Amino acid sequence: MKVIDYAAPKSIAEAVAVLKEKGERARCLAGGTDIIVQVREGKRRDVEVLVDIKHIPELNELSFDAKTGLRIGAAAPCYRVYEDQRISNAYPGLIDAVALVGGIQIQSRASLGGNLCNSSPAADTIPALIAMETICVIAGPGGTREVPVQGFCTAPGKNVLGRGELLVTLKLPPPKPRSGAAYLRFIPRNEMDIAVVGAGVSVELDEGRSRCTAARVSLAAVAPTPLLVNEAGAALVDGTLNDALIENAARLAQAASRPISDMRGDADYRRHLVGVLVKRALQTAIARART
Amino acid sequence: MTKKLHIEAKINGKDTEFLCEPRQSLLEVLRDVLQLTGAKEGCNNGNCGACNVLLDGRLVNSCLVMAPEIAGRSVATIEGLASPQALHPVQKAFLENAALQCGICTPGFILASKALLDQNPHPTEHQVRHWLAGNLCRCTGYDKIVRAVLDAAKT
Repeated sequence: MKVIDYAAPKSIAEAVAVLKEKGERARCLAGGTDIIVQVREGKRRDVEVLVDIKHIPELNELSFDAKTGLRIGAAAPCYRVYEDQRISNAYPGLIDAVALVGGIQIQSRASLGGNLCNSSPAADTIPALIAMETICVIAGPGGTREVPVQGFCTAPGKNVLGRGELLVTLKLPPPKPRSGAAYLRFIPRNEMDIAVVGAGVSVELDEGRSRCTAARVSLAAVAPTPLLVNEAGAALVDGTLNDALIENAARLAQAASRPISDMRGDADYRRHLVGVLVKRALQTAIARART
Repeated sequence: MTKKLHIEAKINGKDTEFLCEPRQSLLEVLRDVLQLTGAKEGCNNGNCGACNVLLDGRLVNSCLVMAPEIAGRSVATIEGLASPQALHPVQKAFLENAALQCGICTPGFILASKALLDQNPHPTEHQVRHWLAGNLCRCTGYDKIVRAVLDAAKT
C-alpha cells in the first residue's frame, strides 16, 4: 500500500474541511471493507488520505421512532442495525439486505452509508433503501442537502457527492400500516458473494388487504446504477392482487433492466433472474403486509 | 516518509503502545511490529478470514482495519485465547476432531468459532456453516471444522 495519511475528524465541519481541501485525494473511511481494498489494490491511486468518520457523533447515530422513522448514521455498521430488535421488527425488508452483506466479519464493520457511497451497481442494501423511500442527508461546504436515495448513484462507483461533501444520515420513513418489503438476491454460492441480480420491493395494501395502494420495485446489478422501476410499481396499484398482477410487474421490471454479460452471468440469464426475484420478493412483501 | 503515529491500545488484555505508519493495517502491525504472528495474511482483501481478530469483542478481518483505528480499543488475537495452563475448549475440539491440516486458516477459524459460541452457545450445524462462511479452508473440506465447533458447543 502506498504512503497515505490518516485523519480522524471529530465533527462534520472538520471532515468537510479536509474533504474540501483534498478533493479526490481524500476518501471517507467507515468500515473500510471497500475503500481499504481499493486503495491497497491500486484501484484508487489518487487517494492520499483516509478520513476516518467514525469519531463524528452524527455518523454513528442509530435511532428509531414509530412516528418519525429510522435514522441510520452513515458509518453505523450492519450488525448494529440487525441486532436492534425494534428496527428488525419494523423493517424486515431492510434486514433481508443488511444481514447478507459479506460474512460476519464484514458485517462487524461495513456500513449502509459505505455501501451506498461505494455506489456499486450490485450493492445489496441500495435496492432495499430505494424500496423503502430512503432520503440521504448530505453535508458539505454549502450546508446540508437531502437527496432521495434512487438519485444518489450516477454511474458505477460514482455518485452525487461533490467536493467537500459527505453522507451523514440515511432517513427511512416510519413503516406504514399494512405495508411490507423484501430484498432477495441471487448468487451461485450460499453466502459471501456479489449479487448476480438483486431485487428490493415494498408494498402498501388497502384495508381489505386485497389491493395495493402503493408499490416500489428496485433492482441491482442490471444497470450502471441501482434502478427504481416506476412502471413495475405503478402496475401493482389498484388491481386485485393476484398472480397475474405480480407477473405483469415482474415482466415490466425485466423490460426496464439493462444488464450486461460478465463472469457472474450473461444478460439473458440476468433478465430471467429479474423476473423470478421480483415475483418472489413481491410475494414475501405482500405476505408481510398482510400479517 | 510519513511521520509515524504513536498508538495506545489494549492487546490481549495488556496495555500496549506501538508506532505505526498511517498506511499500515492492523494485521501488518500485529505481525510485523508486535510480533504476534498468529493472525495470518491470506487474501489481504477481506475474503478468507485468516487474519481474524476480535476488536472490542467483535470478529473482524484485521487486514481491513487501519492500525490507527484501534487507538483506545481492545484487540484479542489467537495468542491471548488460552491460559498457559490449558487450551481453550474450541482449540481442544479442533485438535480432537483433526479440524486442521496445513493450519494457516486455523487461528481465524478458532476465533470465529469462539465469537459464534460466545453469542450462541448451542448453534445448529446450519448456523455454524453460515457463520463460518467468511473463513476459507483449502484443506479440510470444512466438515471436520464444523464437527469440532459442534463438539466444542457441547463442552
